[in-house]
Amino acid sequence: MKYLRQFCIILFVSFLGELLHILIPLPIPASVYGLVLMLFALCTGILKLTQVKETADFLIEIMPVMFIPAAVGLLDSWSALQPIWLPVIVITILTTIIVMAVTGQVTQFMIRKEYHKKGTKGKTKNESISD
Amino acid sequence: MKAYLIDSVFFGAVISLAAYEAGLLIKRKFKLAILNPLLIATVCVMAVLILLKMEYRQYNEGAKYISYLLTPATVCLAIPLYQQLELLRKNLIAVAGGITAGVLASLVSVFLLSKLFSLTHEQYVTLLPKSITTAIGMGVSEELGGISTITVAVIIVTGILGNVIAEFVCKIFRIEEPIAKGLALGTASHAIGTAKAMELGKVEGAMSSLAIAVAGLMTVVGASVFANLM
Repeated sequence: MKYLRQFCIILFVSFLGELLHILIPLPIPASVYGLVLMLFALCTGILKLTQVKETADFLIEIMPVMFIPAAVGLLDSWSALQPIWLPVIVITILTTIIVMAVTGQVTQFMIRKEYHKKGTKGKTKNESISD
Repeated sequence: MKAYLIDSVFFGAVISLAAYEAGLLIKRKFKLAILNPLLIATVCVMAVLILLKMEYRQYNEGAKYISYLLTPATVCLAIPLYQQLELLRKNLIAVAGGITAGVLASLVSVFLLSKLFSLTHEQYVTLLPKSITTAIGMGVSEELGGISTITVAVIIVTGILGNVIAEFVCKIFRIEEPIAKGLALGTASHAIGTAKAMELGKVEGAMSSLAIAVAGLMTVVGASVFANLM
């Protein structure tokens, strides 16, 4: 019963997200509204972690599987992609590497600068793992 | 025989799950980053569809029930984020700075490369939202006059690519902080990257989830500005 109740709560929050998506004319998906609502519910104590935890962990664990149907859908968009596939592939590969490197480097630089300022020497990595 | 497969509402789901199992097995055996379970599963399912001359629509009759879980699963990403809220508060400035830098890097690099390949305005705006989550990216592309089917395809390729190369990129660029790794994955390759971040660790996963939402929203604004540049 526990899992059923947890799944019901998660679906209900998804449903509320869907409502917001319909009511607010912005290109923001139901899932992002739902994520914010869930976070809000947990922070304010409307929901307790134990009311969603196990089912949430399970859904997150199997998440990669959920992308298979969309990825297989590339079969159908091939005809649209074909005329410009080479520049698209080059741009995709380069920008993905650039964005990953820039985001990671800037964040790391700022974290380490901050810790330095506070006088705590290095080892931020271990601290955040134990968190 | 084929008629049974085409009419079945379970076939699409079964081959998707079986292909993923096969992907996990192969990954465990060879331990190479390129042998990503999601990538292997996608290629396997595509091969099956081509061999059976089955249309995507027919496959999706069963597979759509797997996609159905994507929204609830994304909602659940709030949970690891909630568990790392204290860490987020402590590093708020670095997190905000990192995601902003990443979103700008994405827009600028797409702009410069589109110029380099002399793409049309339509093709350029199609690629602008490539690093963000499908549902937001599709909306942005449509809004700006792009071709949303191509946008979706590019977003998915970006996600899988990010998922596959993440560990390699982090090693090359010496990105070691868990927070930085997570944000890098989420900002560069949205939810598919986040799936990888979850494997790396709790902090990585939480930060990656955060980046999906924040980078997505920033790109909505940023892309509409950048769309006017070309």
